[in-house]
Amino acid sequence: MFKRLAETGAAVAITVDGRQIAARAGDTVAAALIAAGIDHCRTTPVSGAPRAPYCLMGVCFECLVTVDGVGSRQGCLVPVRDGMAVETQTGKREAGR
Amino acid sequence: MAASDFDVAVVGGGLVGVATAWGLAREGCRVVVLDEGDRAVRASRGNFALVWVQSKGLGLPEYAGWTIRSSNAWGGFAQTLKEETGLDVAFQRPGGFHLALSGKELEARANILKRLHNQPGIVDYKTEIMDRSQVAKMLPDIGPEVVGGSFCPLDGHVNSLRLFRTLHTAIKARGVTYLPSHRVETITKEGGEFRLATAQGEIRAGKVALAAGNANMRLAPMVGLEAPMKPERGQIVVTERLRPFLNHPVVTLRQTDEGTVMIGDSKEESIDPAGLTLGVSATEAERAVRLFPLLANVNVVRTWSAIRVMTQDGFPIYDESETHPGAFTICCHSGVTLAANHALTVAPMIARGALDTSLVAPFSARRFHVQATG
Ligand SMILES: Cc1cc2nc3c(=O)[nH]c(=O)nc-3n(C[C@H](O)[C@H](O)[C@H](O)COP(=O)(O)OP(=O)(O)OC[C@H]3O[C@@H](n4cnc5c(N)ncnc54)[C@H](O)[C@@H]3O)c2cc1C
Ligand code: FES
Repeated sequence: MFKRLAETGAAVAITVDGRQIAARAGDTVAAALIAAGIDHCRTTPVSGAPRAPYCLMGVCFECLVTVDGVGSRQGCLVPVRDGMAVETQTGKREAGR
Repeated sequence: MAASDFDVAVVGGGLVGVATAWGLAREGCRVVVLDEGDRAVRASRGNFALVWVQSKGLGLPEYAGWTIRSSNAWGGFAQTLKEETGLDVAFQRPGGFHLALSGKELEARANILKRLHNQPGIVDYKTEIMDRSQVAKMLPDIGPEVVGGSFCPLDGHVNSLRLFRTLHTAIKARGVTYLPSHRVETITKEGGEFRLATAQGEIRAGKVALAAGNANMRLAPMVGLEAPMKPERGQIVVTERLRPFLNHPVVTLRQTDEGTVMIGDSKEESIDPAGLTLGVSATEAERAVRLFPLLANVNVVRTWSAIRVMTQDGFPIYDESETHPGAFTICCHSGVTLAANHALTVAPMIARGALDTSLVAPFSARRFHVQATG
């Protein structure tokens, strides 16, 4: 649904749930997920509804993902880095992760 | 008696008022609840939601028995509310802990329990002191500093905001008239009925039950009663929702039915409900991480402060007026824990028109006179 306006920035390789996706330097994790066509990044803790990044500016907390083993990071506030391992989240976060 | 609009006017729509109103409606009374507006200070919206037994009653052993009575009635109370409203308040009674982070803390805890148990006439609490390995079997995620704790099988918790909402739903379904933004200014008794003056007009009722929290202090003397209060502030820290890891509530930390962890138990003399002392939240959080290190990198999503309804000695006040028969006070800290008693035991007494002294005599505010003159 989304497409990049221009292929700016150097290629950056990150994984999402173990699968390699192509991101660009300067992308946030949320932007990279959207550009890769990933339609949701988590399911909610109580009802299990699927959610995707929404405000892209740190306000709505819809974009929570696990980044390099740390759960519930706001994907729209974290810039991608080569080798980064992103995991989508299912329901409640596990304490200690 | 004049043909009043209502049999009973309950002043205050917090947990104590609505639990009492529900109980009164079940007894067939025509009930009105007069409450303030949305900006009112309400302990019922900011509490920690424990239905808690251990530690209660040091200095007044009857308070332990009274608390256990409510704890035992809570399961049935929650079930009845569910049948009437379809709402589940998530009451659980898995037993709860006090945890100690040093030998000294554990010793102090054991001492308190011993003093509590040594009081004449105390009911058996079934609280036991456990060492680290016993605690770890029930709470596998405790940190290395936890040396032990005390466990009471009667301790439990609920979803407190849902309880508040459920009680409001239940009184509505039972035909109770709830009047928000009706702050009671004065109460008088004329021609055998009570007249409650509000800016919205006068309400008349055959009886009046004062359940206005700390504001009972101002209202009670209008009907020949007294409620000496000493409000106090508490702060709570709330985390994001986590997978269940904590099977038992700890007095300062519990995991709700929906996964959030609530951390709190602070006491401050400030009575500014809008203020928050960051250092207090930080101390609460630091101790929580020492108890359960897996909380270290969990996100905090909310903090708040709320004002406790607190009588001057911390014990409940239940009274009926000698000069104004038909006027009652119901005032306490631990209004979550005692909600079942207020609904199922105190409300029927008010409906009958007299408190059952065999149950509530120790909680009369007359006890404050003994101290003042003695
Ligand atoms: C931080 C904190 C943690 C707590 N933790 C627990 C816990 O874990 N377990 C537990 O059992 N209890 C706990 N409590 C205590 C519990 O929340 C209270 O005991 C309970 O909510 C008291 O209910 P209430 O209805 O008496 O008072 P409130 O909720 O304060 O309600 C009083 C009501 O009276 C109304 N009112 C006041 N004046 C008037 C007037 N003149 N006319 C009309 N209406 C009036 C107010 O608007 C308000 O709605 C805690 C409290 C706090 C603050
Ligand atoms: S998308 Fe709204 S906070 Fe990240």
